[in-house]
Amino acid sequence: MHVGRRRALALFLILIFAAVGRVQDARADAFTDALAGFAKDSYSDTIAAVEKVSATGDPRAAAVLRALAEGNLQVRKSDQAIVYTREEGGKTLGTEAASGKELGEIKTDDYDQVRVNNRVRSAVQAALGTFNLVHPDTRQRIDAARALFKNPNAANIPLLLKSLEKETDPAAKAAKELALAASRLMSDKQEERLAGIAHLKTAGDSEVRDLLLRVAGQAEKGSPIHTAATEAVASMDAQLRLARNAEIFFQGLSLGSVLLLAAIGLAITFGVMGVINMAHGEMVMLGAYTTFVVQQIIRTWSPELMEVSVLIAVPLAFLVSGAVGVGLERGVIRHLYGRPIETLLMTWGVSMILQQAVRTAFGPTNREVVSPSWMSGTMEIASGIALTQNRVVIILFGLLVFAIVIFITQKTWFGLQMRAVTQNRAMAASMGIRTGRVDAMTFGLGSGIAGMAGVALAQIDNVSPNLGQGYIVDSFMVVVFGGVGNLLGLLLGSSILGVINKFLEPFAGAVLGKIFVLVAIIVFIQFRPRGLFALKGRAAEA
Amino acid sequence: MLQLTRRAALAGLLAGTVLAGSPAWAQDTIKVGVLHSLSGTMAISETTLKDTVLMLVDEQNKKGGLLGKKLEAVVVDPASNWPLFAEKARELIQVHKVAVVFGCWTSVSRKSVLPVFEELNGLLFYPVQYEGEESSRNVFYTGAAPNQQAIPAVEYLMSKDGGEAKRWVLLGTDYVYPRTTNKILRAFLKSKGVADADIMEEYTPFGHSDWQTIVRRVKQFASQGKKTAVVSTINGDANVPFYKELGNQGIKATDIPVVAFSVGEEELAGIDTKPLLGHLAAWNYFQSVKNPTNAAFVSKWKGFIKNPKRVTNDPMEAHVIGFQMWVQAVQQAGSTNVDAVRQAMYGQKVKSPSGYDIVMHPNHHLSKPVMIGEIKADGQFEIVWQTKGPIVAEAWSPHIAENKGKVANWQYPWVCGNCTSPKFK
Repeated sequence: MHVGRRRALALFLILIFAAVGRVQDARADAFTDALAGFAKDSYSDTIAAVEKVSATGDPRAAAVLRALAEGNLQVRKSDQAIVYTREEGGKTLGTEAASGKELGEIKTDDYDQVRVNNRVRSAVQAALGTFNLVHPDTRQRIDAARALFKNPNAANIPLLLKSLEKETDPAAKAAKELALAASRLMSDKQEERLAGIAHLKTAGDSEVRDLLLRVAGQAEKGSPIHTAATEAVASMDAQLRLARNAEIFFQGLSLGSVLLLAAIGLAITFGVMGVINMAHGEMVMLGAYTTFVVQQIIRTWSPELMEVSVLIAVPLAFLVSGAVGVGLERGVIRHLYGRPIETLLMTWGVSMILQQAVRTAFGPTNREVVSPSWMSGTMEIASGIALTQNRVVIILFGLLVFAIVIFITQKTWFGLQMRAVTQNRAMAASMGIRTGRVDAMTFGLGSGIAGMAGVALAQIDNVSPNLGQGYIVDSFMVVVFGGVGNLLGLLLGSSILGVINKFLEPFAGAVLGKIFVLVAIIVFIQFRPRGLFALKGRAAEA
Repeated sequence: MLQLTRRAALAGLLAGTVLAGSPAWAQDTIKVGVLHSLSGTMAISETTLKDTVLMLVDEQNKKGGLLGKKLEAVVVDPASNWPLFAEKARELIQVHKVAVVFGCWTSVSRKSVLPVFEELNGLLFYPVQYEGEESSRNVFYTGAAPNQQAIPAVEYLMSKDGGEAKRWVLLGTDYVYPRTTNKILRAFLKSKGVADADIMEEYTPFGHSDWQTIVRRVKQFASQGKKTAVVSTINGDANVPFYKELGNQGIKATDIPVVAFSVGEEELAGIDTKPLLGHLAAWNYFQSVKNPTNAAFVSKWKGFIKNPKRVTNDPMEAHVIGFQMWVQAVQQAGSTNVDAVRQAMYGQKVKSPSGYDIVMHPNHHLSKPVMIGEIKADGQFEIVWQTKGPIVAEAWSPHIAENKGKVANWQYPWVCGNCTSPKFK
C-alpha cells in the first residue's frame, strides 16, 4: 500500500514534467540550444550565447541574463546544464535555466561559474535593455534605455518606437528618445541616420558627442553623414564648454565649502580669540573618528539607522571635540594667553599627543566611513551638468554651519559676552562677565564646530590619525586671507580660493595649482596684511 | 660626586642586563629586519607586509629555525617618511645587526635606503612591483618589473577582450615610480602608433583627496570618439577617494576601464566595491588563483592573523617567495654572510602561490607570470587573462632609448647592474 502510493506519486510527477517539458520543447528549442554556449568557458562564446538567448525573445531569457550580469549563472559539472542561483538566508538555491525546475539548495563545488568580463557585461546590459524597456519600475526603464544608448543597434528601433508610445515618465521618455536616435544612427538608411543626428544634436552630453565623433570617423569625408555629424559636434561644443565651466565652478565652490568647514572653527579660536591653535586639525580628526564609532555602534545595534548615521554623528562630534577643546583651554591654553609662541608650541605638542592617542586606540590604518545612499551618485541639474551628491550635501552643510556660527556670535547672549571679552577683557570682567568661563566656552565652540566639519570631511577623505594635518595649513590660509576675526571674509575667502584653485587645476595640474595659490596669497598678504576684510577701528588693535 | 655615582650605578645596571641577556640572544638568533610603514599614508598597504614577514619567521621557527638558530624579527616603523626609511635602515643594520631586511613599498623609500644598503653591504628584499631601471648588488627585487605588469596590462586593454582602447589616461601619484612607468608606457604606446594627443598624463600628491576635477576631465577626454582606458599608478590611500569619485560620477568599467598597478585585495578591503565592478588590476598573483599552494597560503594567513575576513595580495606573495629563497640560500651557503647568501641566491627556485616555479635571475629579478583581474562585487578579482607561464624581468626597459645595450648581471664575467660591457674580459 505504502509502496504503491509512492509509485503512483512518482508516476504523476513524471507525467507532469513530461507534459511541461514537451510544451517547452515545442516552443523554444532555440532557447535551450543557445544556452549551451554558456558552457564553453570562452568570452566570445558567452557573448554569442547572450545574443542568441536574447534573440529568441523567450520570457525565460531575462532571468538567465540577469543572473549572468550578477555572476550567478553556473554550469553543472556533471552534465553541462545551465543553472542560475540566488542567495537566500545564507543558502545558495538553484534553478535549471532550460526547464525552470527548482533544485533547492545546491553545492557550489559541483558547479562552475560562467565567467564574465567587461565585454560580456556590456553585451548583457544591451541584451537586458531590450527586456527591461517595459519594466514597471521607472529606474529600470531608464537604465535599459541607457544600456541601449551605449550599445546602439538598428535592430532595436521598432522595439524602442513601440515602448515610446506607452511611455509616460518624462525622464524615461527622454532616455528612450536618446537611445532611439543612437540606434537610428546605426541604420543603413541615410535618412534614418540623419534623423538620428538631428535629435542627438539637441542633447549636450559628452557621451553623445563621443558617439557622433565615432560616426563621423567611420563615415567618408564629405559624405552627408560626415558633414551632419561634424556640424552637430561643433554646435554642441559651445554648450558643452558652458556646462564644463559651470561644473568647474561648482567644484570650486565644493572645495571652498571644504575649506570653509575646516577653517570655520579656527576662525573662532584664532580669529576671534587670537589663540594659535595647532591642534585644530586634530579636532576635525576627532569628529571624523566619532562618525566611525557611531557607525560601528549602529551597525551592531540597529543597522536600519545606517542611512541617518551621519546626522546622528554631527551633534555627537560637536560634543566630543567641544569637550576636548574645553579641556585643552582649561588645561593648557589659559596659562599661556598673550604668549603666542608658547601657545603654538604647546598646541603643536597636544596635536601630536592626540594623533598618537587615536593611533593607539584605533590602529594606524584608515577606518572606513560608510556613505549613506543620499550622499552617493550624481544628480543632473541641467543637460550635461551633473553634480555629485556628496559634494552638494557638503556645500549645504557648510553654509548651515556658517549660518549657525553667525547666529550664535551675533544674536545670542553668549555671543555678546564673547565679543565683549575679546574686545576688552578688563572692561568685560568689571561688568561682571566671568571671562574665564567665556574663554572656555568660546574655545569649546570653535573646537566643536571643527568636530562637525570632521563628520563631513570623513565622507570625502580617508579617516586616519593624520586627517587633521592635511587641513591645518589650509585653515590658517583661509582665515588669514579672509581677514582675521571677520566671518563674512571667511565665507568669501574660502569660495574665492576654491574656485581659483579649480580653474587653475586643468592648466597647472593638482600639484602646481596649489603652489600657485599659495604664492598668490603670499603676494596678496604683502599688500593687504590684514586680509580681504580687515577689521577697522579699535578692535583691530586689540 | 653624587651624580657620578648614580651614573656609574646606572651603567653597571645596564651592563648587567646586557650581559645577562646577551648570551641567550645574540648567539642563538638570526635577526630579520622588517622595514615597513606602520603609520602614515602608506600604512594601508605596508602594515600587512610586516605581518606577513612575522608569519613567515614564526613558521620557520616552528620548523626548527635556520642553521640551528631561531629567527628573530626586528620591526621598525619608518612612518611613510622617506628620509626616515634611510635612518631606520641604518639602525637595523648597524644597531640591530640584522642578517637581512624585508621592506619598502614606494620607490621613493627604496631610493632613500639604497645608499645605506650599498654602503653597509646589507641585504634588502623589495616585494613590490616597480618601475625597473635599477639593479643593485644589495637588493633582490621580488615584485614585477614593467614588462611583467605595466606593458602586458596595456596590451590586454588594446586587445579585443580588453575593449580595444585607443586613447589613454595615465594617472599617477607624483613620485619616481609613476613618472618612470608612464615614461616607459608612453614610449611603448607610441611604438604601437598612439599619437601624443591621445595620451593624457596627470599627477597628484600623496594622499590626494579631491578627485572631482580630474575624474571630470577623464570623462571629457573620453568623449572624443575613441575607446578610452585609464592606467592608474596612484599609490596609497589616495585610491579610496579616487574610486569613490569614480563611483559617484558613474564611470563604469564598461565605459572607461581603469587598470591599476598598486591596488590589490588589501586596498579594496576598505571600500564598497559594487560600483567598481569590472575595473582592473594587473599583478603576478591574485588571492583567487586556484591551486593547492595558494589554498594553503591563504588559510595559513587567515589562521595567523586570526581573522577569516583578511585577504592576501601580490606583494605578500612576493615576500613569501623572497623569504623562502633567502632561507634556501642561507642553507646552501651555510651562513648568513651577505656576500655568501647573494652568491647562493642566483638560480634559487620556489614553488609560489601563483602556481608556478619562480626562479631568481642574476639580474636580481624574478621570472613571474602576469595576470589581469577584474574587480568583483566581493572585493576579489576575477582573472580574465594571464600569460602562459612565467616571464623573465627586464631590469632595463628596452622601450627607453637610453637603455640600449644596458645589462644587469651580477655573475661572472659581467658583475654589474648597469653596464654595457662585462667587468672581466
